[in-house]
Amino acid sequence: MAKFLLRRFAFSIFALIGATLVTFGLSRMAGDPRYLYAQEGGYGITEERWDSLGIELGLNWKDGTPKPVVFQYSVWLGNIVRGNWADSLLDRKPVINKIKERIPPTLKMGLAAYIFATVIGIPLGVLSAVRRATFWDYMGRGFALLGQAMPVFWVGIMLVLVFSVQLRWLPTGTLGESGNNPKYFVLPTITLGWIAAASYLRLVRSAMLEVMDSEFIKLARAKGVPNMVVIWKHGFKNALIAPLTFSSLILTGFITGAVVTETIFSIPGLGRLAFESIQNNDFPVMVGTVLVFTFMYVFINFVTDLLYAVIDPRIRFA
Amino acid sequence: MWNVFRRWPIIPIVVLGTLVFTGVFADQLAPHSPYVADPLDRNIPPVWYPPIVLNAQDSSDALSFPVPVNLTVVEAAIEYGIDPTGLDTREKVQAAFLEKGWKARVQFPTWDHILGGDQIGRDLFSRVIHGARVSLIVTAISLGSGMLVGISMGLVSGYYGGFVDEIIMRITDIWLGLPFILVAIVAVIALGQTFTILLVLLALLAWPPFIRNVRGEVLTLKTRDYVALAKVSGASTFRIMVWHILPGVFNTVIVIATLRVGQLILAEAILSFLGAGIPPPTPAWGAMVADGRTYLNDAWWIAFFPGVAIFLLVMSLNFLGDWMRDRFDPRLRQL
Repeated sequence: MAKFLLRRFAFSIFALIGATLVTFGLSRMAGDPRYLYAQEGGYGITEERWDSLGIELGLNWKDGTPKPVVFQYSVWLGNIVRGNWADSLLDRKPVINKIKERIPPTLKMGLAAYIFATVIGIPLGVLSAVRRATFWDYMGRGFALLGQAMPVFWVGIMLVLVFSVQLRWLPTGTLGESGNNPKYFVLPTITLGWIAAASYLRLVRSAMLEVMDSEFIKLARAKGVPNMVVIWKHGFKNALIAPLTFSSLILTGFITGAVVTETIFSIPGLGRLAFESIQNNDFPVMVGTVLVFTFMYVFINFVTDLLYAVIDPRIRFA
Repeated sequence: MWNVFRRWPIIPIVVLGTLVFTGVFADQLAPHSPYVADPLDRNIPPVWYPPIVLNAQDSSDALSFPVPVNLTVVEAAIEYGIDPTGLDTREKVQAAFLEKGWKARVQFPTWDHILGGDQIGRDLFSRVIHGARVSLIVTAISLGSGMLVGISMGLVSGYYGGFVDEIIMRITDIWLGLPFILVAIVAVIALGQTFTILLVLLALLAWPPFIRNVRGEVLTLKTRDYVALAKVSGASTFRIMVWHILPGVFNTVIVIATLRVGQLILAEAILSFLGAGIPPPTPAWGAMVADGRTYLNDAWWIAFFPGVAIFLLVMSLNFLGDWMRDRFDPRLRQL
């Protein structure tokens, strides 16, 4: 177990380095970040200022010759490890503050979507499996099929069309200061959570079908254990492993989903910050957000592995 | 009759066939060019929709800004105090509005634009059809190359095992740990929005499941007697991998490919939606939805139909994938 966790930990570090290195390298290929301030040879910036900016941003050595990307990256990495996240190029605010103020909306939305997915997906999955080939099963499977085939952005836009534009029931977006008014969360939550709910539903359903078919369920039934106990204690607990492994995939889905959902509902979250910084080639913010996203992913993966061991003794004692 | 529909995925095949057919023969089937805009057809509604009044301008002041109306002709007439009966041509409506001092922009749906027109007056039907072609080509190429890489790496990884296997599997793990969409957007902005970049990115998205499942399959296949016999009779490693092991993983590969293709289409659509996918002006479904988003109030159909097309394509592919999995490789049920 300890060895397993150690391996996972080493892998997490590699994933973090890999993600930031790739974004860092690519952002350098996108062009000189100083173009954010002025065009080369254009007005508004003197030759000297241009050169001193190069040194300030760590693009050039002190004598003005360009620093290789690997060096720039290692300097950046060293600063991150020491807790220095540098300043945004666009508005010269500390990256760490920018990221901090953007995390709550994304986290709230992600949490709401995850709860939605769990509350809808898991019970419906169990229901679909237990009442196989009935109305409930077809309902559940229809919900899952729709969720997996509709593009996230389109679902969001169609929800806005129906509930905001036509019926005028719900607001079209989270307007920054709306705080925790639940009205603002309904559409983004459904948009982001539907795919996840669909995946959970399908996984729980197929896992439940398999488990309910096994010998120990028959034994429990033969002993006269009440139906509810058979389903939830004997069946569900054993059917939980596949969906749990899938949690990490669902959460990477949330990262993609966050970028899209935050764009549609104009939510000032991390996904939008990442998207905007990429478009501005604001590399400290860009690599910072990618680091945060990858960290979230890796962390969730780690927790999933731990939970795995807690739920399934076969893994704990292996 | 009902049993036939249950046993064979007839509806998905019909939907998929229609989309592929229209995609392949897009040039012949599309009534208009997907690129040429006619300002007169701006926001024209789909054919079954009632005629609409887009906006109205004060007829006495040619420089005044047109007031957006976006109501059906009947609603608009009531709103502007006009008798709504008998307004059955564009000219009549315009004349009625002019009497009240308004220069109205009216759109009557026509069979010429079955699904209506977009925000600059391009035929939506033609664009959706051409979008099918682009989407299918991009997906086919990226899936094909992703499959090729995935299968060969899976074969090598599973057959050699040990150090090679470890390296390949760790690379796969790390790659799966990256936030793909962000990396893809950074790559597109860094390297330019071209078809090549998009294809490479989607191929990179496609290969991990192939490598994992092929590897797993090879691990069991290589212990079979016929592989040992081939080795004894002097077959080279390459020959064993290609002639003796590869055919055994075909079922898995086909099933994964059909299950995976829908996700690739969705990924492409999301990238296009965010402006980092298929380079404009080539019609792409995702980009069309993004365009229509601004016009939800005036013309919902611009965003609606491309999305329906994506949905139908992915849905039929998912159905087909599920069916093939149950039929050819039920062990993959976890996917």
